[in-house]
Amino acid sequence: MSRLEVKGLTHVYSKGTPFERTAIEDLNFTVESGGFVGIIGHTGSGKSTMVQHLNGLMKPTSGQVLLDGKDIWEKPEEIRALRFRVGLVFQYPEYQLFEETVYKDISFGPRNMGLEEREIDARVREAALLCGVGDELLERSPFELSGGQRRRVAIAGVLAMQPEVLIMDEPTAGLDPRGRDEILSHVHRYHEQRGATVLLVSHSMEDVARHATSVLVMEHGKIAMHGSVSEVFSRGERLSELGLAVPQVTAVFARLARAGLPVPTDVFTVEQGEAALRRLLRERGVIS
Amino acid sequence: MKDITLGQFFPGDTLIHRLDARVKLVLVILFIVELFLVKTLCGFAFMGVLLALAVAISKVPPKMMLRSLKPLLLLLAFTSVLNLFYTKGDPLFTIWKLTASWQGLELALFMMLRISLLIMASSLLTYTTSPIMLTDGMERLMGPLKALHVPVGELAMMMTIALRFIPLLVEETDKIMSAQKARGADFESGGVLKRAKALIPILVPLFVSSFRRADELAVAMECRCYHTSGPRSRLKVMKMCFRDYVALAVMLAAIPAILLGTNQVLFSIIPSALG
Ligand SMILES: Nc1ncnc2c1ncn2[C@@H]1O[C@H](COP(=O)(O)OP(=O)(O)OP(=O)(O)O)[C@@H](O)[C@H]1O
Ligand SMILES: [Mg+2]
Repeated sequence: MSRLEVKGLTHVYSKGTPFERTAIEDLNFTVESGGFVGIIGHTGSGKSTMVQHLNGLMKPTSGQVLLDGKDIWEKPEEIRALRFRVGLVFQYPEYQLFEETVYKDISFGPRNMGLEEREIDARVREAALLCGVGDELLERSPFELSGGQRRRVAIAGVLAMQPEVLIMDEPTAGLDPRGRDEILSHVHRYHEQRGATVLLVSHSMEDVARHATSVLVMEHGKIAMHGSVSEVFSRGERLSELGLAVPQVTAVFARLARAGLPVPTDVFTVEQGEAALRRLLRERGVIS
Repeated sequence: MKDITLGQFFPGDTLIHRLDARVKLVLVILFIVELFLVKTLCGFAFMGVLLALAVAISKVPPKMMLRSLKPLLLLLAFTSVLNLFYTKGDPLFTIWKLTASWQGLELALFMMLRISLLIMASSLLTYTTSPIMLTDGMERLMGPLKALHVPVGELAMMMTIALRFIPLLVEETDKIMSAQKARGADFESGGVLKRAKALIPILVPLFVSSFRRADELAVAMECRCYHTSGPRSRLKVMKMCFRDYVALAVMLAAIPAILLGTNQVLFSIIPSALG
């Protein structure tokens, strides 16, 4: 069943002024329930604009966003309730923190949902744990934390609402490799444990290949490609035309294949690559 | 938030856009002075035509000009009512204990026209002059004050920075508001107290980021050896040319015309039998 459906979505910024600019135009796609979609595209291709329509932060200039088959703008007064179901983590979310303590900040979302104090407490602790925010940080001020820690707190603030659909706009931009892997594996865990649908905007092809099941490629406000990870990443030439690339390991295997080695070319993560190489070496008797 | 038009620049390449920023500033000042000299309907019509002509040349959509008046509607209405009822003169009509007078009506009308034209003229200035050119123009106009040890250069720098930061702040506010809305923040419902409280999640991050930005800017300026002392050279040297002199001449010529006009009390709205 399709959970999220986008029909003819168009957004024009500053309509009717000399600064008019069409950021996205006639987007059409669906996201299956429980899917994990990677969204990639050049800077300025309209990714952030598009995802802000999915939880009703922006109103389409024309077109529709359907959640479980219902237009999200059908009843504008219910848009707030929708935002609890479709959680959005912004680009650089650490700048939205405002409370005196980390605990209070994470509880902002659940509190707005009108939950009971016990439930709020449980959710805050669970989300903090999921995002790797230690208990010792909960009573600290968010402004004393490092950038990476703040990022985790901000993500926990959205996860604490336990949205069915989680959208993240470059959650790992500017983090060290370890922090990046950790945050994404937390998100992956959330996706698996709750069966949540996840949309991940990212500039890292490696991250998308590792976590996503399908990939949406945007260019100049339009959808250039949409398909499974292997469908999209097997078209390396088209991707480089769009200023994007395939994961590095995929490029390495393409080179090896071109050099005449009998290796598969549908390798998208380092783990798959390692397995393929071991298989090859074993066949040749180099290792046992 | 998107409706803030004050100080917004509409890029273009019309005669008005190309006028020297200093000249445009002087023109607006002259225009305002003339607005206060004008005492007849005919005179206001003349000023209106002058402004309309400038707007037409500048290709700024008239809708934008009217929109610049929107924030002042309340003020306009308020002063009109005050003028209407609190001016002594020949009675026009009476509501409850308040009597409106013909003179009040005239005063209210003139005041309204005056304020509207004043706002529109200054809006036209900011619509057609980039903030950088505007502050540059002000700095040059205030140049002679340097002799009195007024820190003109620094004032202009402060103004440039402030102008540059306004759109940034608006954008930032927008972003933070969206982020908090995504967490279910509600800015639209509830009483005054609840609404004021709802602003905290916006104001705190906004202040934090403003201080951060200010700090970063200070560091960046210092890295480029910004110094308040010493003479400054500029990238774009302003030079008056023919069109600038013509524009000034037109505006100056209007003054005697207006002064002559006031003596003739053309088109007063007060019936002559009363006056
Ligand atoms: N508030 C705005 N007003 C006007 N135009 C905007 C605004 N925000 C974005 N745009 C324009 O819309 C287009 C899409 O921007 P968007 O932020 O969605 O890109 P993006 O794909 O998220 O880029 P990035 O990878 O850099 O985050 C850009 O060309 C941008 O200039
Ligand atoms: Mg973006």
